[in-house]
Amino acid sequence: MQTKNTRRDFIKLSSLGGLGLVLGINVAGHAEPVKKIAAKVLELEINPFIIIATDGTITLVNSRPDMGQGSTQAVPSILAEELEVDLKSVQLVQSDGKEKYGAQQSGGSSTVRGLWDNLRRTGAAAKQMLIETAAKRWRVSIDQCYAENARVYLKNSDKSFGYGELAEEASNLEIPQNPVLKDPKNYRYLGKYHKRLDVPSRVTGTAVFGIDVEVPGMLYAATVHPPSVQGKIKTIDDSEAIKIRGVRRVVKTTAYYPGGNTEAVAVVADNYWSALKASRLLKIIWDNGDLAENLNSEKYTKDMYLAAEKEGVRYEEDGDFNAFYNASENKLEAIYETPFLSHAAIEPVNATAHVKSDGTVDVWAPIQGPDGALSETAQLLGVAPDKIKIHAMLLGGSFGRKAFMNFMKEAIDLSKQMDAPVKLIWSREEDMSQGPYRPAMLSKMQGVIGRGNSLAALSHQAIGESIQGQHWGALMPYQADNWLGGELSKENHKYNFPVHKVTYSRVKTPIPILWWRSVYASNFGWGQECFIDEMAHKAGKDPIEVRRELLKGNNRDLKVLETLELALQRAPKMAEGNARGIAMFRSFETMSAAAVEVANTEDGIKIVKVTSVIDCGQYVNPDHVKAQTEGNIVMGISAAVKGGITFSNGKCDQSNFHDYQFMRMAEMPKVEVHIIDNLEKPGGVGEPGLPPIAPALGNAIFNLTGQRHRKLPLDLSVV
Amino acid sequence: MAKINLTINNQSYKFEAEEDMPLLWAIRDYVGLKGTKYGCGIAQCGACTVHLDGVAVRSCQLPIGTLSKKQKITTIEGIGTPETLSAVQEAWVEEQVPQCGYCQSGQIMSAVAMLAENPNPTDEDIDAYMIGNLCRCGTYDRIRKAIHRAAGQTAEEDLGKR
Repeated sequence: MQTKNTRRDFIKLSSLGGLGLVLGINVAGHAEPVKKIAAKVLELEINPFIIIATDGTITLVNSRPDMGQGSTQAVPSILAEELEVDLKSVQLVQSDGKEKYGAQQSGGSSTVRGLWDNLRRTGAAAKQMLIETAAKRWRVSIDQCYAENARVYLKNSDKSFGYGELAEEASNLEIPQNPVLKDPKNYRYLGKYHKRLDVPSRVTGTAVFGIDVEVPGMLYAATVHPPSVQGKIKTIDDSEAIKIRGVRRVVKTTAYYPGGNTEAVAVVADNYWSALKASRLLKIIWDNGDLAENLNSEKYTKDMYLAAEKEGVRYEEDGDFNAFYNASENKLEAIYETPFLSHAAIEPVNATAHVKSDGTVDVWAPIQGPDGALSETAQLLGVAPDKIKIHAMLLGGSFGRKAFMNFMKEAIDLSKQMDAPVKLIWSREEDMSQGPYRPAMLSKMQGVIGRGNSLAALSHQAIGESIQGQHWGALMPYQADNWLGGELSKENHKYNFPVHKVTYSRVKTPIPILWWRSVYASNFGWGQECFIDEMAHKAGKDPIEVRRELLKGNNRDLKVLETLELALQRAPKMAEGNARGIAMFRSFETMSAAAVEVANTEDGIKIVKVTSVIDCGQYVNPDHVKAQTEGNIVMGISAAVKGGITFSNGKCDQSNFHDYQFMRMAEMPKVEVHIIDNLEKPGGVGEPGLPPIAPALGNAIFNLTGQRHRKLPLDLSVV
Repeated sequence: MAKINLTINNQSYKFEAEEDMPLLWAIRDYVGLKGTKYGCGIAQCGACTVHLDGVAVRSCQLPIGTLSKKQKITTIEGIGTPETLSAVQEAWVEEQVPQCGYCQSGQIMSAVAMLAENPNPTDEDIDAYMIGNLCRCGTYDRIRKAIHRAAGQTAEEDLGKR
């Protein structure tokens, strides 16, 4: 697939390309006009993110689609803080992918850390322009004026102007490049608890998700993909399907999987139930080539264990690890395994598209990046971007999945073929069995215990399929995947092993893979952090003590560890017989540590409590950080103890939530989240809480039972 | 095709549709109420939960041909609106339960039905009743607190609260 914007590129490009003064009415950037503005009212785009109408209406643009991480609150909070407006009195619109909004991909835990500086400057610059305008009118210097609640006031007077009164004139000013930013001690929104304003809509069924879009004249489609993901159609027998009332047509469409295209069959009908029911009556014979043999997770796993016997491609090395390891007596080695996982957002992937006869295109979809959606739509249809309107809808969960927009392209193709707006919904079975998935990976760990029982050397060989390699063919055999290399690097974990090595062995598979919440950190946290405990035990040391030694001098990470230790000391005493394990892992510039407490019960091991600590630097709302971390605890446990995705005989063995399970209410442990407060640069929040959960659990089970488990998922009823 | 007559949120809806169509799709695509969600279609996730004469049911499993207009169907839209939240929805807002919110219509429909039956549920009662509602964002802890709050119980001390 030719995709220019990779996930990491989005992160790199996430700074906005200048503030850019744009003037005018009928701002093209509006995704959805929220309110009809009277003709005589001008809407002034002070900058792409802030539109002030002459009637005082203030519209802010959220450039990051909300998949549950709270961007609809976090992004306007950053703008409103510096602009000095009340969040409750502004309108919010979602960006539509246009270049002027910069990178718009929600992903890589980048929303706040990617926008923090620029949106503060954007808000502050607009405020400064409004103040300058007022100062000019009053013929005073700007330091005689201040802004508060969408008004500019003249000090020591009763004079003031509303922003709407100033907007037109202000929009003609040069945008200040280095506006004065607020002192953090004067923050009203940033770092403060505020209730999310969109929660009422999310508890009343009124929030509009992608799947809820309705367009006049819309048809509904259900697609059937090759069970082998990459198979081609040999024959289609639709004789039973077309008998279903409401079915309009059965058509072929292009299916996209990472790295290639193949074919799918769509039933288009007057309503979704007819389309879905008919799709199940299609008799399709697929040409699966050699996929019956090669699309096999067991084969892939075997290949990974074979690769573990050979040296990987070096990503980084301090000292000569192999020479040191071979010469050492006190050493250990272990291989850790993680399975394929489905994102399994409760809203299955879906999209609505209308390719119109006048050459314009509308796309409504729950997608993570409207900018990527715009460029992919333009490329697919050969249509200029200015003819395309992307409506990025709320996502009913995503966790990475809806950043791969194959479903959107199918909807576009179906609309074109049907010459009508089409809403495509993948059934849960299609969503589950087509992927792409979090890859299954191995960590081959080797360690040396040195003199004085110090932890002297560590080697982490990452083994498995590469996301970059599979999607973009962007990995040469002599290259180590730098996404995973970066996560395992010494610069990332900061454990000061004098001898240290990171290598990667790529093992290819046709099983489609994709980033999944916390990407490779969700795989390799398991190996790294369980193995640190294994080394600690071999050295006869306490796991917290060992990490303290390894992080010596690194006060920020030590604070995370200490905070966890203190929280555990202050917690009510563990019930007799219970045990705890800990782990820590940095991802997306945020360190997170976790402790998991387990108990032995008649039904097996029970997870009693999870305590998490997160140091994400400055943040918008402590409750967002807490909510995301709670979510990561739940998803991290599900990833550790629930069955993964497997492929045998050329197809996925799981099809729905009965055979692909994740945690339910009754399994929910107590949770406790601690946020480190500091004025460091914002780090990620949506993902970093996840990687330490599985290893903390593995370490807890070892401390409870003396058994070291190295293969996920764990079946808690029998371990 | 059959003439369908459903009573949803005290309103009567008449339309022609296939009798085997699950209530879920009739509510969403014929009646036009989108708060009831599709998640799995096999009664595993609870996103489609509605009330049938006050009892929580999975609407993906109820063919509309089996329903009569005498049966009262309630969807999330019949529970409250953003301006007039019900007590349970109010509790959901207080605890800031939703992340994406997609499953929450179903969670709330289950919680409302449970509280009608058992106004003073224990954690174990909640575990047993709510086990059919999946949340992938992981809001279970807050759902539990919100249910206790709606029941007028003091929520267990939230140790992580700042």
